[in-house]
Amino acid sequence: MDRASTLMYRRRRMRNRLVLVLSIAAAVSGLIWLVAILAELVWRGAAGLNLQVFTQMTPPPGSDTGGILNALLGSAVLTLIGTLIGTPIGILAGTYLAEYGRGSKLSSVVRFINDVLLSAPSIVIGLFVYQIVVTSMGHFSAWAGAVALALLVIPVVVRTTENMLKLVPNQLREAASALGAPRWIMISQVVYRAARAGVITGVLLAVARISGETAPLLFTALNNQFWSTDLNQPMANLPVMIYRFALSPYPYWQQLAWTAALVITAAILLLNVVARSLIRTKG
Amino acid sequence: MKGREQRPDYGSFTVLKKGGVLSKVADSPVPGMTHELSTQTFRQHAFLDALLHNLTRVSAIIVLLLLGGVIASLIYGSMPSIRAFGFGFITSEQWNPVRDAYGALPAIYGTLVTSAVAMLIGVPVSLGIAIFITELCPSWLKQPISTAIELLAGIPSIIFGIWGFFTFAPLMQRYVQPWLISTFHGVPLVSSLFAGPPYGIGLLTAGLILSVMVLPFITSITRDVFETVPPVLKEAAYGMGCTTWEVIRNIVLPYTRTGVVGGVMLGLGRALGETMAVTFVIGNAHKIATSVLAPGTTISASIANEFNEASSDLYTSALIELGLILFVITFIVLAIARLLLLRLERRDKV
Amino acid sequence: MKGGKKRIFFCAVVGVVTALSAPVALATDITGAGSTFAYPIFSKWADAYKTRTGAGVNYQSMGSGGGIKQIKAGTVTFGASDAPLKPEVLEKYGLVQWPQIIGGVVPVVNIKGIKPGELRIDGATLAKIYLGDITRWSDAAIQKLNPKVRLPDQSIIVVYRADGSGTTFNFTRYLSAVSSVWSEQVGTGTAVQWPAGIGAKGNEAVANQTAYINGSIGYLEYAYVLQNHMTYLQMVNKDGYTVSPGIGAFQSAAAHADWKHAKDYDLTLGNQPGEASWPIVAATFVIMHKQADDAAAVHQALSFFDWAFHHGQKMAEATDYVPLPADVVELIDATWAGQIKDKSGAFLWK
Repeated sequence: MDRASTLMYRRRRMRNRLVLVLSIAAAVSGLIWLVAILAELVWRGAAGLNLQVFTQMTPPPGSDTGGILNALLGSAVLTLIGTLIGTPIGILAGTYLAEYGRGSKLSSVVRFINDVLLSAPSIVIGLFVYQIVVTSMGHFSAWAGAVALALLVIPVVVRTTENMLKLVPNQLREAASALGAPRWIMISQVVYRAARAGVITGVLLAVARISGETAPLLFTALNNQFWSTDLNQPMANLPVMIYRFALSPYPYWQQLAWTAALVITAAILLLNVVARSLIRTKG
Repeated sequence: MKGREQRPDYGSFTVLKKGGVLSKVADSPVPGMTHELSTQTFRQHAFLDALLHNLTRVSAIIVLLLLGGVIASLIYGSMPSIRAFGFGFITSEQWNPVRDAYGALPAIYGTLVTSAVAMLIGVPVSLGIAIFITELCPSWLKQPISTAIELLAGIPSIIFGIWGFFTFAPLMQRYVQPWLISTFHGVPLVSSLFAGPPYGIGLLTAGLILSVMVLPFITSITRDVFETVPPVLKEAAYGMGCTTWEVIRNIVLPYTRTGVVGGVMLGLGRALGETMAVTFVIGNAHKIATSVLAPGTTISASIANEFNEASSDLYTSALIELGLILFVITFIVLAIARLLLLRLERRDKV
Repeated sequence: MKGGKKRIFFCAVVGVVTALSAPVALATDITGAGSTFAYPIFSKWADAYKTRTGAGVNYQSMGSGGGIKQIKAGTVTFGASDAPLKPEVLEKYGLVQWPQIIGGVVPVVNIKGIKPGELRIDGATLAKIYLGDITRWSDAAIQKLNPKVRLPDQSIIVVYRADGSGTTFNFTRYLSAVSSVWSEQVGTGTAVQWPAGIGAKGNEAVANQTAYINGSIGYLEYAYVLQNHMTYLQMVNKDGYTVSPGIGAFQSAAAHADWKHAKDYDLTLGNQPGEASWPIVAATFVIMHKQADDAAAVHQALSFFDWAFHHGQKMAEATDYVPLPADVVELIDATWAGQIKDKSGAFLWK
């Protein structure tokens, strides 16, 4: 090999190695952030983990006992109602996109709009619900918070439902039609059943998403110091509680904020893992 | 009769007329299955078919109406502010609740700067991770790393916020920012970029946290898109003696260009709209400063911080107009992203 | 899921949701919002009141601006604000206000080696710092007030309230009184256009930021200063005496207040003469509607505040708040009896 080409060869090898090193560094750094955040979360959050956290209400400032029970309940209620409102609409719209509207103008527009809603800033959704629900009701309420969460659930469920239903092979549909099944039976008994795992995964992912959302609840459900099951009043919830408590100068409140953060993150990560494993096993 | 007994019983479709008279209509294609269908049942099925069709269509239209509703309510809420400030709202730097005079420029500036920082740092790192996963990583490691990066996407943004406030910002204040200030002190143009007291919080800190948040989005889309490259193309390049980097640069990236850009824009959309992670560390100053170490504000942070306390109607309306501006910006970015990704899908189908 | 199980599940869900929708029929829970200044004492009172009577007073500390906005909109039963509303505003919205508790606003710093009460400052210098005219701790003006203290040559990081705050109102009212430059350039308000520094949300976040950032200065309600062992400054008052914050200093300032002749109880408690008077003292006002839409809730709120007046003084003094003197409480009682009516027009409070 002559001088010039050896030089060029070496340069190419070096460039290659540089990129290799950089990409390994990138992967490592990405993982480092994940590990660092989770480790800190576990370390600070676990320090406050004890039974009273799950059995007592949020305390007033300056106290050193108390828990997050009302916030846990509130989050569970808001998430449940938000999911109950959003999932049917999402599944039905996804069904339209996959079964009835393939190729129609309406469905391509809806799909596009849905994707925009999927990535829209959640604070804007909160503003919308404030103007529609809170001002007309006259006060903050858990209903407003649940509606805001439902609006976040819908795009996720539409997207996953459509994708999962599209994965169902056409032969199943044709077979059902050939047997004389009307369309509604074909969709509900055959297609839904085949895509069941995927659709449930979509719902679980939506639930995981809304459990951690703070911004839409800031001016809808607000927060509540006490145990409340009244849906017409502000309701305690974990994200807004964490927001308030973490910014406070009271050490016990800050501890509760970290512990609540740990609880919420663990629940969401668990949901994510379960949802993904559902897809994998059912294929 | 002989013929009948030899034929297997396929069953039949019979129709029960209103009067109850049976008459055979057709042979069933499935042996042994006998159906008795009345016109009543046909009508029921037709009704339920139409019901499901309309239910699903209504739900799809609800999605459309939602977007329309959001835009309409934002515009309605911004009307007082639009009437009061007009177009000058976007170019005005003031934010004076005492005199009820507001301008969006600092918030828009902060939003753009933090997102720019997030992209500048996040995109190369995401590409690096995607390259690592698809080209360099041993196959047993691929799934765990992909899952780990996706877990990052699952962490709620408020966790990033409190982590940023309690851990990351003090680190920035004690080590990184003083180092930046002293390193670039005196360098002609760049020093103004890194000037000012080390607050710890500020535009740079917010941008860095955002970069960690957009990482999983860009990485997963880029990785998916990288894996669609036909192996034939890559093998051909390898066969000619190309190094891994040369294959990536000359084969993979051009092939997946559209998808990568789409993924980047998706990440950008997320960075623009992110609220909780930014609110904790942005410093809440409605000011424009050349230094990235200075405190600032973003649109979403302003709304989150000030909406509940906005004392006058004009103040509230100004905040809603900020929301409208943010929505328009993200809409445009997301529209471009979707169109690009759509083009990629269409090309793949061909 | 099989048909039967599905039905049971569905019924269970409907049942749970219905049960949750039914409002609790026991002692009425009421909502209030506003001042973070008064939050420590309000929540202590609420906690004690709940133990005693079972009624919950859900107070959201979102800043005085938020309290004013929410009570104007009627979304809460009472609002709390450290900035009294003007008579025209009270007229327009049909509101009544009264002072509930008095406290002091105290400047705090975070300088290495400086202990609480070691440093002192006067109004003019404080105004200059917040105007951004004095930017380093080693400045001659600060050194002149503190000849015996070695001040480091460090940047001053100004921390202000990013949200609409009555604490800000009283702080800026004081600065306007002692500095004509401040009065012209910035003025008085619950939220102003701050010339320098970073914004924090709520007394809580100001305490946090100041505690975390080296070289910072902020202003806080005294209860927060005590709670977090912050480094407070001594101040030079109107008569030239140096005073430390504390209940005696606040009481001395409040003693000069002539509540009887103040329309709608609007008084300036700041910058009062007297040897022991603390310069920045403020009252927190509770604001309610004159016309009670929900008579039970309004009555509950008044009972709570009445209990706080007569039984909550010790708790208040324990955190260095100044409870209102007995003759003012009588005046307030008369205001309630004379101004608050229920739907039928009858007076609510006897």
